Amino acid sequence: MKHSSAASPSSNDAENVLSIQGLNIDFVTDAGAVPAVRGVDLHVKAGEILAIVGESGSGKSVTARTALGIMAENGAARGAVYLNGKNMLTLGGHELRAVRGRDVAMVFQEPSTALNPVYTVGWQIMEGIRTHNKISKKEAKARAIEAMAQVGIPDPEQRVNYYPHQFSGGQKQRVVIAAALALKPKLIVADEPTTALDVTVQAEILSLLRDLREELGTAIVIITHNMGVVADIADRVVVMNQGKIVEQAPALELFERPQEDYTKALLAAVPHLGRDSASAALTQRPHQDAPVIVEAQGLGVHFPGRFGSPGFTAVKDVDLKIHAGEVYGLVGESGSGKTTIGRSIAGLNRISSGSLKVLGYEMASFKERSFKPLREQIGFVFQDPAASFNPHLTIGECVAEPLAVHRELNPSQSRSKVNELLEAVQLPAGFAQRYPHELSGGQRQRASLARALALDPKLLIADEPTSALDVSVQAKVLELFRELQSELGFAALFVSHDLAVVDQLATWVGVLYRGSLIEEGLGSKVLAQPQHAYTQRLIASLPVPDPREQAQRRALIEELNQASK
Amino acid sequence: MTTPTLPSSAGSRFKSLPVISHLRMSSGLQRGMLVAGLVLCAVFILSALLAPLLAPFGFAQSSDASGDFPRQAAPDAKFLWGTTSTGYDVFSRTLFGAQTAIWVILAAVVMSLFIGVLLGLISGYLGGWFDRIMVVLADAIYAFPSLLLAIVMSIVISQGQSSLFGGIMAAAISITVVFIPQYFRVVRAEVMRLKAEPFVESAQVIGASPWRVMFTHLLRNATRTLPLIFTLNATEALLTLAGLGFLGFGIEPTAASEWGYDLNRAMSDATSGIWWTGMFPGLAIVLTVMGLTLVGESMNDLNDPRLRRFSRKKAKRITQSAQAGASK
Repeated sequence: MKHSSAASPSSNDAENVLSIQGLNIDFVTDAGAVPAVRGVDLHVKAGEILAIVGESGSGKSVTARTALGIMAENGAARGAVYLNGKNMLTLGGHELRAVRGRDVAMVFQEPSTALNPVYTVGWQIMEGIRTHNKISKKEAKARAIEAMAQVGIPDPEQRVNYYPHQFSGGQKQRVVIAAALALKPKLIVADEPTTALDVTVQAEILSLLRDLREELGTAIVIITHNMGVVADIADRVVVMNQGKIVEQAPALELFERPQEDYTKALLAAVPHLGRDSASAALTQRPHQDAPVIVEAQGLGVHFPGRFGSPGFTAVKDVDLKIHAGEVYGLVGESGSGKTTIGRSIAGLNRISSGSLKVLGYEMASFKERSFKPLREQIGFVFQDPAASFNPHLTIGECVAEPLAVHRELNPSQSRSKVNELLEAVQLPAGFAQRYPHELSGGQRQRASLARALALDPKLLIADEPTSALDVSVQAKVLELFRELQSELGFAALFVSHDLAVVDQLATWVGVLYRGSLIEEGLGSKVLAQPQHAYTQRLIASLPVPDPREQAQRRALIEELNQASK
Repeated sequence: MTTPTLPSSAGSRFKSLPVISHLRMSSGLQRGMLVAGLVLCAVFILSALLAPLLAPFGFAQSSDASGDFPRQAAPDAKFLWGTTSTGYDVFSRTLFGAQTAIWVILAAVVMSLFIGVLLGLISGYLGGWFDRIMVVLADAIYAFPSLLLAIVMSIVISQGQSSLFGGIMAAAISITVVFIPQYFRVVRAEVMRLKAEPFVESAQVIGASPWRVMFTHLLRNATRTLPLIFTLNATEALLTLAGLGFLGFGIEPTAASEWGYDLNRAMSDATSGIWWTGMFPGLAIVLTVMGLTLVGESMNDLNDPRLRRFSRKKAKRITQSAQAGASK
């Protein structure tokens, strides 16, 4: 220890598991060096949960990954990253490998790609154990079973021999955590560990991480963009923006007394369940006397399986009505069929049973040729704004595409219409000449909205329009959506997994669970007094960006979980 | 510090051309490979273009004013690379061979490109019975050894004719038939992938007709990888042509000069120690194929940011200039 204490500066206390000092990272690209991280100093004490929060591109992942000595090939780092007194930036390949897994481990975002599908989960947990310890296979397996039991996987003795595809998403993430824990490292770096999971599963994983910290005293660095997750789990929070640390404070203090303007703006942009509800002052369904635009009766959508295997029923027996001028919010977790319903209404999926009338057209006997004239009355906003534009056409051409298909306009007419539309979504007219990749995510989603509204549709279907956006951008896009809706008065089907977002926009909300519509009602009512047990659990699982309130909600989830057992 | 800006549109059109943009973003060993490939290709193209000027004799010339050429003469001042058993000048024939090769490559690749891309686009987007038939046909053609198929095609097409145009077209069409399934497969797979992309769905939701979706939205996105296949297939076209010529199904020596045919003639020479008749056409094939392959492979690596490497020198230069800019 003599030489390492000489090398490490005095501020590196013994209790700091990780200490990052003066870290600068640049990425080398064709267009020159891109600064990713600038002058970052942070420390993680033993047994502490530190959350690094920031929007995409803030440098939070790159910073945290240096703790494992992981760096993209074109990255160049300066500064010092001390893990247990060793500078991870100067260690060579052999020393790095010795440290990884034993002193520090990583949990990745997407559990289904972090596990190798051709090996059993036991093999993958044992791999790390056997790399660092000379022990027999039997002993390693016993330790893998122990690790799996620790993360709450039932029957670890049998399931150690299962393959990743035999686990659900949440259990896969438990396996990844078990693999990270197998060597009892002092520090775990979790990079957006719950982003790919549903809220109910997210709540379970977060409580698992909290329990593990208490049992084993492992320090956890959790990288996230979700302020609710931060409020739920973190002891201390580091807010990053554009590669720099904006603010560092204990969680309670940060949420109650944010010091910096950026932090205040970030917290204000987070949708908060129960605040700012679109149906706050309503007692009955608005627009219920207006003509019905979409009517589903006993709607079922079944996807046939491959030869010999049974198919998958995405939607079963759903009844719903959307009136003219109304915003209908459809909420559910992944696989609940919410997107399928939206796509069926737009004619992208065929329905297999029941009846679905869209603008009076019966979708059960769908023919592209006869449906085409109705298409101009339906706008569609896709989830991923980056993928929903043809990369080879300019924004102007993309927005003009509906006009080119349905209206015969000369170039100058269509140009002025495009400028008008871009102005309506608050984009400068000069953007018409730009290509989609030259716009930011929020700008692209605005353009996408402009395209959907080009023909003054009666119905707009928005499929998770803001889930790919950062919170501050999401807030602006939602505000724009609300303004345009009240101005133009189109009916909208708003599909989202985020209850808080749906409540902000939709007056009438439907909750989907495994293809069935289990609850329907005024947004404020469904969220405040959920009737169905699943809705109750769903709402309780949604973390709110307020540590005190979140602690109460956590108790409520545990109660609900107890009750359901 | 300057933030990286997008290239301005003026003057960037030239820089964004396929090969030139690749050259600009390469460095180190990758740049070396690309430059070597480009030099070999340039030599190949130049010798094809300038063959009539550079070559001292015609490709089918076996005598001049001073009488018949010596047969199987070793390289000397008059016949730089010696003469063949029929008295042709090896140097001239090798130069003119480049001309034939280029014609065949262009004709074959362009024909298969147009037909293959069109079929792939329609088949991939519309699917249905047309797609099923096309896939079965493409698989059937794949199942044949490509050289065998080329031989059959050249017999069917040329029927023993051996004019310059007929010979080139026979070779080109037989290669085309072999290549159409490749372009078909690549474009079809790309279209099938793109078909599920939101931007195609957003066109469908708008109500765009299938033709509009295919030709304004899919075509340009599906043909991204084609410059690469173009160079790699050019090498295969050249090898197939050489193979055909070697087996005697190529172009007659009096109609055009062809490296594969010359190699075939040189077989018996090799056993009697006459190396020059076989070595030069052989080297021409090897170097041309290598040049095209190097260009194709480097383009492939450079297209993929994960395979693109920055040399240490370039990375250092870029970070240093950024730091210098930051400290100002």
